[in-house]
Amino acid sequence: MALALGRKVLVLVASVFVASLVVFAFLAVLPGDPAQVALGLNATPELLARTRAEFGLDRPLVTQYLDWMGGVLTGDFGTSYVTREAIGPQLLDRLGVTLWLVGAGMLVALLIAMPLGTIAAVRHRKPSGAAVSALSQLGVAVPAFLAGIILVQIFAVRLGWLPSGGWTPPVRDPVEWLRGLILPALSLGLVQGAVLTRYVRTAVLDVQSEDYIRTARSKGLRPYPALVRHGLRNAAVPVLTVLGLQLATLLVGAVVIERVFVLPGLGSMLLDAVAARDLLTVQGIVLVLVVAVLIVNFVVDALYTVLDPRLRRS
Amino acid sequence: MRRNVSLWAGIVLVGLVVGVALVSFAWTPHDPLLVDASVRLLGPGGEYVFGTDKLGRDLASQLMVGARTTLYVGVVAVGIAALIGTPLGVLAGMGANWLGELIMRTSDLVLAFPALLLAIMLGAVYGASTLTAMIAIGIATVPSFARIARAGTLQVVSTEYVLAARAGGRSRWWIAVRHVLPNISGIVVVQSSVSFAIAVLAEAALSFLGFGTAPPTPSWGRMLQESQELLAVEPRLALIPGAAIAIAVLGFNLLGDGLRDRFDPRLEVRR
Repeated sequence: MALALGRKVLVLVASVFVASLVVFAFLAVLPGDPAQVALGLNATPELLARTRAEFGLDRPLVTQYLDWMGGVLTGDFGTSYVTREAIGPQLLDRLGVTLWLVGAGMLVALLIAMPLGTIAAVRHRKPSGAAVSALSQLGVAVPAFLAGIILVQIFAVRLGWLPSGGWTPPVRDPVEWLRGLILPALSLGLVQGAVLTRYVRTAVLDVQSEDYIRTARSKGLRPYPALVRHGLRNAAVPVLTVLGLQLATLLVGAVVIERVFVLPGLGSMLLDAVAARDLLTVQGIVLVLVVAVLIVNFVVDALYTVLDPRLRRS
Repeated sequence: MRRNVSLWAGIVLVGLVVGVALVSFAWTPHDPLLVDASVRLLGPGGEYVFGTDKLGRDLASQLMVGARTTLYVGVVAVGIAALIGTPLGVLAGMGANWLGELIMRTSDLVLAFPALLLAIMLGAVYGASTLTAMIAIGIATVPSFARIARAGTLQVVSTEYVLAARAGGRSRWWIAVRHVLPNISGIVVVQSSVSFAIAVLAEAALSFLGFGTAPPTPSWGRMLQESQELLAVEPRLALIPGAAIAIAVLGFNLLGDGLRDRFDPRLEVRR
C-alpha cells in the first residue's frame, strides 16, 4: 500500500508542477503589457521601462517562472501590479472565507444527502422513495446562484431573519458570522445535496442486494440497522469519490455564491482582479484553486485505497 | 418501465426548449431588444405574457432568443468535448500502455481546471464572450468523454469478436472504426446529454458573472444577473429565466437517464 501511495504522491507533485506551468504560460502570452495597465495610457516610455524592470517583466520567461514559483513555495505570491500590495497575505485571508463557505456547504449537502439517499434506496419501490428521487432530480437542475437569489428573497427580504450578504469574521462576532454563513451555505449545499442524494441512493441500492445484508436481514435485523451495521462502510466508497469531485465543484461554485452574497472570498478576489486586469493576482488565485482541486482529488484517491482493501493491490 | 418515463419526460422538456428556440428564428411576440420606457416593468398578462423588464423589453421574447444562446453554447461545447474526448479515450484504450497512461494523466490534470475557472482565465486574456465560454466549457468536459470512451473501449477490445478480428489480421484502426466506435456510441450519446445539462448550468453561471454572452444578445444567465437589483420588487424577473434554466437542465438530465437505460438495460434493475 505504501508503494501505491508513494506513486500517487509523485503523480500529485508532477501534476502541481505542470498545472503551475500551464497557469503561468496562459497569462504570460497575454496580449498587452502589465506595466502599461498599471500606469495607464499616458505613461512615458522611460517610466514604463522602469516599472517593467521593477516588476521583473524585462527578464526571460523562464527566470520569471522560477522566481514566481520559488516565491509561491514560500508563501510569497509577489506584489500586485495594480494595488502594489503583497498578494500572499490577502490571498490567505480570502481563502479562509472561501473554505468556511465550502465546508459549511459540504456539511449541508451531506446532512441532506445521507438520510434522503438512504430513504430513497430503502423505499425505492414505494411512493416516498420515488418522491425523494424526483425531488433530487429537480434540485440538480437549479443553479446554486438561483437558489441563493430565492433564499435571499425569502429569508432576508421578506422575513428579515437573516442578512442578505456580507461577512463578519468569526473571531469578532460568532453569532453574526453564523447568521451570515447560513444562506450562502444553504445555496451551495442544497444543490450539491441533491446531486449527492442520487449517488447515495445508487450506492445504498447496490449494497442492499449484497449477500451479507441478506444474511443480516435473515438473522432478524430490521432494514435500517442492517444497513448501518454492515452496509454503510461499503456504500461509503463510491460516495466518497463523488464527494471529492463535488468538493472541487463547490470550490468553484463558491466563486458565484460569493458574488451573490458579497462575501470577501477567493472568488470575489479573482473576479475583481480580472476586472482590474491585475494579472499576477489572477495567476496566484487560479494556482491556489487548481492546486486545491488536485490535493482534494489526491486525498480522495488515497482514502479510497484505505477504505476498500480490495483496491489496495491495484 | 419507470425509466421510460424519464426518457419521455426528457424528450418533452428538451423538445420544448428546442422548439421555442427554433420558433424564435421566425417569430417572437416582440422585438427582444426593443427598449421602450413606456412599458417598463409591466406585470405578466395581456400583450406581454411574462411582462417586461426594467428597460421595457419583452421577457417572453428574450426568453425565446435566450433558448437559442443556451442551445448554441451547449451544442458547440459538447461537440468540442465529444470530438476531442472520444477519440482520445479510444486511443487510450487501444494504444500502447504508456500512451493510455499519458492521455489519462493529462485528462486528470484538465479536470483540475473546472469550466468556470477556465472561462474566467480565457476571459481575462481574450475578453469574455460566448466563444470563450463555449471553448472553456468544451475543454473542461473533454476528460468526461475520454474516461467513458476509454472504459467502453477496454470492454469492447476484450470481446471475442475483436479477438477474432485481430486473429484475422485486421488492423487496430479497422477494429476501432468497425467495432469500438459503434459499440461505445451509446454511452457517448448518454454522456453528451448529461454534459449538455452541465454546459447549460455553466453558461448560465458565466453569463451571471459577466463572463459569458455579452449584451445585448439575450441569455438566461444574464437575465438573472440583471434581475438582481430589482429582486425585492420584481422577483418574477429572476424566477422566469431561472425556471427556463431548470427546465432545460432537467430535460437533458432526464433524457440522459432515459437513454442510459435504453442502451444498457442491465442497469435498469439497480436504478
